[in-house]
Amino acid sequence: MSEKEVKNLEEIFEARIARDEKIEPKDWMPEKYRKTHIRQISQHAHSEIVGMLPEGNWISRAPSLRRKVALLAKVQDEAGHGLYLYSACETLGISRNELYEQLHSGKAKYSSIFNYPTVTWADMGAIGWLVDGAAIINQVPLCSTSYGPYARAMVRVCKEESFHQRQGFEIMLKLANGTPEQKEMAQDALNRWWWPSLMMLGPTDAESVHTEQSMKWKLKRKTNDELRQQFIDQTVPQADLLGLTIPDPDLKWNEETGHYDFGNINWDEFWQVVKGHGPCNKERMNARVGAWKRGAWVRDAAMAYAEKKEARKKVSKAS
Amino acid sequence: MTNNSTTDQSSLPLGEMSEGQRGNLHNYILGIADNSLILGQRLGELCGHGPSLETDIAGTNISLDLFGQVRSYFQYAAQVSGDDTVTEDTLAFMRIEREYKNVLLVEQPNTDFGYTIVRQFLFDAYHLLFLRELEKSTDETLSAIAKKSIKEVSYHWRFSSDWIRRLGDGTSESHERVQEAVTDLWMYTDELFHQTEADQAMIAEGIGVDTSKLKDIYYKMISDVLEEATLEIPVGKYFHKGGKQGIHSEHMGYILSDMQYMQRTFPNMEW
Ligand SMILES: [Fe+2]
Ligand SMILES: [Fe+2]
Ligand SMILES: [Fe+2]
Repeated sequence: MSEKEVKNLEEIFEARIARDEKIEPKDWMPEKYRKTHIRQISQHAHSEIVGMLPEGNWISRAPSLRRKVALLAKVQDEAGHGLYLYSACETLGISRNELYEQLHSGKAKYSSIFNYPTVTWADMGAIGWLVDGAAIINQVPLCSTSYGPYARAMVRVCKEESFHQRQGFEIMLKLANGTPEQKEMAQDALNRWWWPSLMMLGPTDAESVHTEQSMKWKLKRKTNDELRQQFIDQTVPQADLLGLTIPDPDLKWNEETGHYDFGNINWDEFWQVVKGHGPCNKERMNARVGAWKRGAWVRDAAMAYAEKKEARKKVSKAS
Repeated sequence: MTNNSTTDQSSLPLGEMSEGQRGNLHNYILGIADNSLILGQRLGELCGHGPSLETDIAGTNISLDLFGQVRSYFQYAAQVSGDDTVTEDTLAFMRIEREYKNVLLVEQPNTDFGYTIVRQFLFDAYHLLFLRELEKSTDETLSAIAKKSIKEVSYHWRFSSDWIRRLGDGTSESHERVQEAVTDLWMYTDELFHQTEADQAMIAEGIGVDTSKLKDIYYKMISDVLEEATLEIPVGKYFHKGGKQGIHSEHMGYILSDMQYMQRTFPNMEW
């Protein structure tokens, strides 16, 4: 293809996106579009499965049968999200094994929030309320993103995420209305998860590299700072409802802007965690890589068995 | 037992039962439920750590089914106890180790995926046969729980027996590993058919399942799959029991300290 032809195709492609048409796997797409989508969708998929670990940590200790069942179901949903997203990513011509390889080698990233430890039961509430809450703010716009398989996966994912958020809030509500120990546990969890949740919406616009291109492809509709503001504005009244205090002395309603003002985010901490030096980066990677290695013989067996079965079918057909 | 005419949700005229009968029924329900509780707990430990996303989802599914069944059984047992302070959660979390009645098989550790699957397989076959009989119980509540659970457990059995075939007839490594698990866990199979006093009393009442009648079918059922999977059927004649009487393996204390952690640390709170 000549350079001119490619340019022409690109123009047609961008025009389609501008008209809100969906791009499907068989359609022509610029290499950069494909790569950017592989990066973003796989990063999202990895976040779902690494995200199973901090909450999975409390399944065996959940305080009641009802909570245990709900937590199991939630973590299972996250596995399901990982599955849809890996499948969406595979339509771009990359295998799931390659994607795992990128995660395990540290080449691919996942949401840095999952590198924080879950130290009390209240963390199950705070994660559902804040982390799933921030995820929804990030993800709802993606339901109308340009790449068809990603947009459709996100519709399913978002429905379940809002269920998770309500479930998390309900855990917090129960604690906030409980005994003094329970209330303290809830406040402590909010104190620990608040700032990382704000960081989860990504670096400030000034530091964010991909924004402009992503806007054009509808991978992003609002900037990180806009999303963060939306999250804060939505969450502060919920904290009030819980009777809990957001750990930010600078947090204040601003009549003029119609938004909450908030204090400085510790971006040094954010970059430390992103670069692999958060409190649990090592544990999370060890868990994923370990599970993958320990499971190799099982996956090999399944493959060998399927091949044998196929071969037997052929023999019995031939005879 | 002549309670077929009652339309009451509990189906048993609990008020008409003697204390001894109630006690037997209560213990009988716990005996069934504790197996699902401890196996569900073991599977829950694995969530996110399995060999593939698909097996993780399936394992979680099975765990969820088992806990769902546990809740139905415990809610009924709480009602049977006639004691207002007994709830599904006090039954699950506040008993001492000697009061748990699960078989030794289900408390065995998640040594590797082979052991996890074999434990599941050996239990599922029993569980399915058991539920099919429990469905015929004169106790309407137990019969209803059994009916609902059969669908779930049929799926568990399909899942575990399919994996036995894959691992047994997969690679030489998987064959060896799964064979080792079968050989090791075999000694816990006989206990499934061991009958306690409560079991015998409930059989006499037409409520309980006479498990002695299931033993031959059980061994046939698992042997068929093992054979298909090119695995050897262990010939071991030495078996272990004790779980049903509350005499557990050394694993049990750790399972409980994990499972009971919140309720023991923060007693009398709602979550
Ligand atoms: Fe997500
Ligand atoms: Fe998710
Ligand atoms: Fe979620």
